[in-house]
Amino acid sequence: MRIPKRTIAQRFHVRLVGSLLILIGLLIVSNKFLRLDFNALIQNFDQFLALLKDMMHPDWKSAPFVVQPMMETIQMALIGTTVGTLLAIPAAVIAARNVITNKWITGAVRIVFNIVRTLPDLLLAALFVAIAGIGPYAGVLTLTIFSFGMITKLFYECIETIDNGPLEAILTTGGKRSAMVVFAVLPQVYSRFVSYILYTFEINVRASTVLGYLGAGGIGQQLQTSLSEFRYDQTAVIILAILVVVLAIDGVSNFARERLQ
Amino acid sequence: MDSTQYKLSKNNHLKRRWFWALLIVLVYGWGIFGINFSKVQSSAGAVTRAVLMGIVQPDWHYVYQGNGEDLVSVMLQTLAIAFVGTIISAFISIPFAFWAAKRRQRHFSVVSTSGRVILAVVRTFPEIVLAIMFIKAVGPGAFAGVLALGVHSVGMLGKLFAESIEAIDIGPSESIASVGGNAVNGLMFATLPQVLPAFASYSLYRFEISVRSATILGMVGAGGVGTPLLFAIQTRSWSRVGIILIGIIITVTIIDYLSGWLRKQLG
Repeated sequence: MRIPKRTIAQRFHVRLVGSLLILIGLLIVSNKFLRLDFNALIQNFDQFLALLKDMMHPDWKSAPFVVQPMMETIQMALIGTTVGTLLAIPAAVIAARNVITNKWITGAVRIVFNIVRTLPDLLLAALFVAIAGIGPYAGVLTLTIFSFGMITKLFYECIETIDNGPLEAILTTGGKRSAMVVFAVLPQVYSRFVSYILYTFEINVRASTVLGYLGAGGIGQQLQTSLSEFRYDQTAVIILAILVVVLAIDGVSNFARERLQ
Repeated sequence: MDSTQYKLSKNNHLKRRWFWALLIVLVYGWGIFGINFSKVQSSAGAVTRAVLMGIVQPDWHYVYQGNGEDLVSVMLQTLAIAFVGTIISAFISIPFAFWAAKRRQRHFSVVSTSGRVILAVVRTFPEIVLAIMFIKAVGPGAFAGVLALGVHSVGMLGKLFAESIEAIDIGPSESIASVGGNAVNGLMFATLPQVLPAFASYSLYRFEISVRSATILGMVGAGGVGTPLLFAIQTRSWSRVGIILIGIIITVTIIDYLSGWLRKQLG
């Protein structure tokens, strides 16, 4: 019997050891920018525990005041997802390489989408609060742009996987490009689109719970107030409400997505 | 199918459609009319123009000043927060993943379900609340951000790790057991070699997300580029906002490309 030979690189795990060394090097460099102080963590840990203890005793009397902002949060997510989707459908069609064959157009459009996608939710919220003022408007605008960035990518990638036969059939029989999109592209992607929209809605509900922290409407406002007043017992109620709502919406949305398939 | 039966099923189909249409109308009615829209402030147009002008004419002096407060330094600090946070969470996630992974041939087990629930709760717990909690413990600054990301990412990484553990081939670990290897041997030579590339790939993916998160953690005082950004927005220095936005866009794009390339190398 022959024992399989290993190369020197395999024998001494060069790749593994090399990557570990790089990681350790990066950690040391990172610490230069962070100046991690573990002493502070150990010394103040009792404060952290006191905070946790406060949170362990939720102030149930504040629960009724959570309902209305929570509704607003879901409404913001709903409108934001819908408007974002309506904007994203035509945009995704333009970015799909099998619909628009001009590489320059798809490339340019995709660069714009990529830029939109790099911006995190709270950053957009901060900008839109400055633009539209404090309130749910800023939240809806934030979620519109946020979901637009997410949905366009999901959509154009989905459109590119469809069967090109029907598209060509319409074009060769003299149909217009608009007819091709309506009768050949959209029917093929419809059910997956709905699934993606639901998925985006889930993410938007999660995002919209914190947007209010910067003044963009919804439950985040209450979160901010309770934290700045050191009422951690109320914070606990809000967080529990967020947990319940997010998990419930995830559950419903997952169920609907499974039914769609 | 005779015609009455056909009619009946068609009828049911129609009823179902009406039901869904009505439900959607109701939900949207509630969504649109329930929300309490106040007026958009009158300066909205002017501010939007100012923000766009700020992006077109950014404050280039802020990029590098050599005092540790410039864009390059805070951007590097942001990356460092995301990096260290991801490393910490990757290590914490490994035991949680083994806890939450479903055992073979069993649909329900208390152990894995409890692990899953904990991970779902951690995933849902808002990141910025965690950051504020850690600010109480270690004071405002990058350390709080690192801890917040380190804990929050466990929710997602633990889930992804658990799924990759469930997907492994049990052949190698069975053959090790059958030639007399113990559990540690099985872990070292069968399980870990199979899951480590997936773990590394998912950690890189999470790093991409954490970089985005780290840019906003500063808005609650947990270090990184968020603090100067929020300050610039509040003081309405739009050319400063513009340069910071450009910095974030460029950094996130580069990190996404690098990480995507590395993940391809991992297979």
